[in-house]
Amino acid sequence: MAADKPATDALQGAAVVDVRGVEKRFANGTQALAPVDLAVRPGEFVTLLGPSGCGKSTLLRTIAGLTQPSAGTLRWWGGGMAGVGEPGRKLVFVFQDATLMPWTRVRANVRLPLDLAGVPREEADARVDASLALVGLAKFDRHYPRELSGGMQMRTSIARALVTEPDLLLLDEPFGALDEITRNKLDADLLALWWRKRFTVMFVTHSIYEAVFLSTRVVVMSARPGRVFREIVIDAPHPRSEGFRVTQQFAAYAKLLSECLLEASTEGAPQGNAGAPSGGVVGMAGKPGAST
Amino acid sequence: MKRDWLGKVVAPAAVGVFVLALWQWLVTALEVPVYLVPSPLVVAQTLVDDRVLLLGSLWVTLKVTFAAFVIAVLGGTAMAFVFVQSRWVERSLFPYAVLLQVTPIVAIAPLIIIWVDNAGVALTLCAAIVAIFPVISNTTLGLRSVSPGLVDLFRMNKATRWQTLARLRIPSALPYFFGGLRISSGLSLIGAVVAEFVAGTGGTGAGLAYQILVSGFQLNVPRLFAALFLITLTGVVLFVLMVWLSRLALGDWHESELMIEP
Repeated sequence: MAADKPATDALQGAAVVDVRGVEKRFANGTQALAPVDLAVRPGEFVTLLGPSGCGKSTLLRTIAGLTQPSAGTLRWWGGGMAGVGEPGRKLVFVFQDATLMPWTRVRANVRLPLDLAGVPREEADARVDASLALVGLAKFDRHYPRELSGGMQMRTSIARALVTEPDLLLLDEPFGALDEITRNKLDADLLALWWRKRFTVMFVTHSIYEAVFLSTRVVVMSARPGRVFREIVIDAPHPRSEGFRVTQQFAAYAKLLSECLLEASTEGAPQGNAGAPSGGVVGMAGKPGAST
Repeated sequence: MKRDWLGKVVAPAAVGVFVLALWQWLVTALEVPVYLVPSPLVVAQTLVDDRVLLLGSLWVTLKVTFAAFVIAVLGGTAMAFVFVQSRWVERSLFPYAVLLQVTPIVAIAPLIIIWVDNAGVALTLCAAIVAIFPVISNTTLGLRSVSPGLVDLFRMNKATRWQTLARLRIPSALPYFFGGLRISSGLSLIGAVVAEFVAGTGGTGAGLAYQILVSGFQLNVPRLFAALFLITLTGVVLFVLMVWLSRLALGDWHESELMIEP
């Protein structure tokens, strides 16, 4: 791995994830990510917000080590990928869908990371119990995944992520397939967990409201090629309750993000496809905030 | 649950009884000679009278069928594991597995019977060749049909090759494997019967196919029907056995085995 030399300056060491000039070009020549710079500090809840195809999932998968960048460097806690997984440097990834093994029960699904790591059965089971309790599924450990609702399957997936006691939680549109009511509930529960456990979160979404509600900082991305367009700090106190959704401040941030996304799309379009007519994008300009 | 049972057992049984009754009535009414079409009652009588001969033959055919099935399952699964090791291995070997599948067993059976001294072994080999392909192709497909998300999950948890195989690939492959087993069990029986027809082995090693051949020559049509009945019965029992096995293994989780509530 390219980024294996130890951290040089203290600031770099402080970042949980430090992305510098990371690019991603696929084999077919598509540039998914233009050079991206991004640093995430301990305890932050950073959301990557953008339209589909803006490379936010690619960026998250690169940070997770699931794909290699074509250029640029990545550092985790000031070090390379080899140090990830050691105490204090644990990273987990939560997928778009629950990704559960249908042939085992909830308990065995949640215990999987511990089983693979060779944690003794008794200790593992105790940790599974604790993890299931955190997501409110204590009574469902004997169920098969198919017996659970979509929201409960997602909770199982999060329990499986929490069982390793991660320091960095990467979530790739985890609640995108759920209905809004369930999603709001899971958002609130995730936020409460983050507040209580103090891990660092990177969260991918295309929902403006989800981004405002959850984040300490929103990274707005634009498409073709994917890059960071603007970063907006959501300066509202934690812990946040459901009541935050109906405040003036929430509405103002939602408006700001909508405008920002709109700006990103109008500015981004001609650049990615020079010479092509961008009529569709211009036509949208009349009605800001109409997204989602 | 009770209605389900009614539909599953009583309805087809009623059809069977009706057809048998019609058959009996037609044969009696039209006075069809017994060497053309024997009545069900005559066939049943033959089954009882010739039971020593027929059950002995059934045992011979069963032995060949089971041996061939076991070879096909073990060999086919082993081949599938070899295939999924790399695309190169699969590309180089798969055409030959297909070759095995498309060559009519009737055409190669004489050769095998010449080459292999022991008749029982020759027959078993023929039947195994017929039965092995569904196991290879289904298990290979199954071992490859792993959810990409789960593969990523295992990779991120630094799972070893062995852990991925035992905890992910094999469970994912089971539904496909059992699908292959169902087809293969029937083919083992067909392979055993066909091979025996070609071989025409008599004497102590005479199976049901031999009884059918000889009964045909002797115009002993009731015995021919009785032997045919035993072959069909064996096929059905094998199929039910496979369904039961598959339900035992997958019943708790796989879509194909779940009861759909009305």
